[in-house]
Amino acid sequence: MNTSVLAIDDSRTIRMLLQQVLEQAGFDVECAEDGVEGVAKFDELKPDVVITDINMPNMDGFGVISRLRGDEVKTAVPILVLTTENSAELKTRARDLGATGWIVKPFDDVALVQVLHRVTGHG
Amino acid sequence: MGESDDIRAMFFEECNDLMEALFEGLKLLEDNTPEPDTVNAVFRAVHSIKGGAGAFKLDDLVSFAHKFETVLDELRADRLSRDDALVQTMLRAADHLAHLVEVSQFDGEINSERGEALLEELDFYVAGEEDEEEVAFEPMTLNFGGIDIEAPSKPTVSVRFQPFEKLYFNGHDPLLLIDALGSQGELSIEIDLDALPALDEYASETPTLTFLLTFTADDPETVVDEVFEFVDGICRLEVVRNDGDDGGDGGSSLEADLSPEPPEQDEPAQANPTEIEQGSKVAAEPSTKAKNIVRNDAVAVQPTLRVELDKVDRLINTVGELIINQAMIAQRIDMLNLPGDGDLESDMADYKLLARELQEGVMSIRAQPVKSLFQRMARITREAGDATGKSVRFVTHGENTEVDKTVIERLADPLTHMIRNAVDHGLEDREGRLAAGKPETGQISLSASHKSGNVMIEVVDDGAGLNRDRILDIAINKGLVSRDSDLTDPEIDMLLFLPGFSTNDEVSELSGRGVGMDVVKTAVQALGGRISINSTPGNGTKFSIVLPLTLAVMDGIVISVAGETMIVPITAVVETLRPKESEVFRMGVDQDLLMIRGEYVPIVDVRKKLGLADSQDQQEQLVLVLVESVDHSRCALCVDAIHDQRQVVIKAVGGNYGEIPGVSAATILGNGRIALILDTDHLTKVETISPPLPSNSKQDVKVAHA
Repeated sequence: MNTSVLAIDDSRTIRMLLQQVLEQAGFDVECAEDGVEGVAKFDELKPDVVITDINMPNMDGFGVISRLRGDEVKTAVPILVLTTENSAELKTRARDLGATGWIVKPFDDVALVQVLHRVTGHG
Repeated sequence: MGESDDIRAMFFEECNDLMEALFEGLKLLEDNTPEPDTVNAVFRAVHSIKGGAGAFKLDDLVSFAHKFETVLDELRADRLSRDDALVQTMLRAADHLAHLVEVSQFDGEINSERGEALLEELDFYVAGEEDEEEVAFEPMTLNFGGIDIEAPSKPTVSVRFQPFEKLYFNGHDPLLLIDALGSQGELSIEIDLDALPALDEYASETPTLTFLLTFTADDPETVVDEVFEFVDGICRLEVVRNDGDDGGDGGSSLEADLSPEPPEQDEPAQANPTEIEQGSKVAAEPSTKAKNIVRNDAVAVQPTLRVELDKVDRLINTVGELIINQAMIAQRIDMLNLPGDGDLESDMADYKLLARELQEGVMSIRAQPVKSLFQRMARITREAGDATGKSVRFVTHGENTEVDKTVIERLADPLTHMIRNAVDHGLEDREGRLAAGKPETGQISLSASHKSGNVMIEVVDDGAGLNRDRILDIAINKGLVSRDSDLTDPEIDMLLFLPGFSTNDEVSELSGRGVGMDVVKTAVQALGGRISINSTPGNGTKFSIVLPLTLAVMDGIVISVAGETMIVPITAVVETLRPKESEVFRMGVDQDLLMIRGEYVPIVDVRKKLGLADSQDQQEQLVLVLVESVDHSRCALCVDAIHDQRQVVIKAVGGNYGEIPGVSAATILGNGRIALILDTDHLTKVETISPPLPSNSKQDVKVAHA
């Protein structure tokens, strides 16, 4: 079975890019448009790894991480943050909430796929 | 990144949506009625543009968006407060962002002068904040370089790696981290048995394993740093270089200074849970808030569906057929002359109603609110105001009025012309306004409304009104009207639409209007619409455009020629008439002219033009349809009969028959027969109709255009 990825990003463009790159690399990809939809889809899809943006309407990336790592869901699935932000403060905040890794947009195809393989241990 | 054209196109489409959201938010800020989430929405719009632009390496767009975003971030964080100057700067920045998006999309030239000036303006709000973030756009450098065959000289490090509970909690697996390290060098692994707790101290929640790694690579410290970058602080990591002389032998002496950030060694597992708890408390608050916002949004935002345009067009086509089919059935029932108990008729009426409702519903799929177009005009107004040094307030009404997508796209150019004209020529300058007792700031208003099945677009300024003496002077000097012609005010106003009226630069310096108004009229007519002017001296000018709701249906006059039924688009028709014998003159061999109100107009025999059988039975009295082309020349079409005026569903013929001179499309009539829709522009084209006019009548002919 392929590794399944849940990608949460409010930008249609980024969602399409992720989908294209990751599907080519053999992942199953599902997308969500914001944190609320992302958390809901997580329950439903039980993905192997989550990629989330930070700045999103309705629920941002920090909200997603704390929901997934919180009492409600409490998953140990790797959560990667994919964002244009790069400040140490935000990184620390994401890590404290439970993020597994931090990737800066624009992302590099090859590196992204490698990071996904690395955190999931698949492939 | 995977750069495909499809995704690139999608990015620009998304940019349009984002720019719309951006301008909408800025407008709320401008009116000082921001909703709680306005600044966030504005920030996100710019942020998303930046994110996507980065993916396509649009560096200019990225760096400008980044600066803009930085200012918005300050505003979002309340370190900066809203004031009018800031809002104006942001509006201009948004204009420039839109410009950069356009340039990126269509390969134009960047207005870098304005960009520089805006960057400076923006800098003013974030002085001293920038430098630290400049690096934010280096793509992530994950060096997974090839695995080299080890040379004996490569340095080796000893790594002591002790995961804390938090590391597992964050979804990491120590084995995967170690694996990643192993893939980039030579690695041996041991478990530190000494670090295992005694059995009676064992707590299942607390990680117990400590790994001792020996790693050899070109630059082992860097590799270790990279691999363990994101577990910094949630594990204990000590790296010691095993270089014979200088490093000692990895003893305890180095433990302190090599551990990048020595965590508390006692009870790490206990220190962390509290940290986590705090973290989730902090996060819990915004997320409950987010929940509320979601609920509000659910009410406000209708879910939408993206559909390919082709599918919608196919549906519209089918519905067109249905309407025709309904008309055919109705006509057949009529012909049956049934003794009426009325059941069939009332069923038929229901059918008609449903068919019409279906048609309207389907048409509305292609309909879009004019909002995006109006926002663009707001930008044009600001730019024109800046360029002319006039202070202008831009007001819109009926932003949510829906019009066919194509109509909106094709309205952009004419409206741009009109708005620029209104600012440049319509509004007086500051002194002029004050002298006229008006407020210093001029006003341009743009409105849209539905009016009896049409769309009405109005551009109104509160300037000085048209200077008719001036307009007349110009028209006379350019030979467009004769000196002695006696024109009414509305006729003078209409001179603006004459081609050639404003080709000279000096016109734009006068208070008269005219830059490209003939182009505006042509564009509006091409959409099946009409434009009119209404001007009051001293009080401003109003341009009104009336457009059909959709391009799939149009009004036409039903005529017949040589036994064929045809349609003349109503937008081209000026009037229909039966001329007296004394009003028709023969010119040359076979060219007839119609003399109408002092104007000579060529008569075009449609029958001959279309090559239909040239029957000899010339009618006693001519039936003429006077039409005006987009180039404003007039012609009288000679036809056999005029029947009716009605709405017809346009069916393209080009796909099947190629371009047919004189025919623009076809429709299907109620009796199932096909009727051609005439292309009057082509039929009346000067070069195809041998037009030698009496040389001295030229000016008179032009007068009649007014």
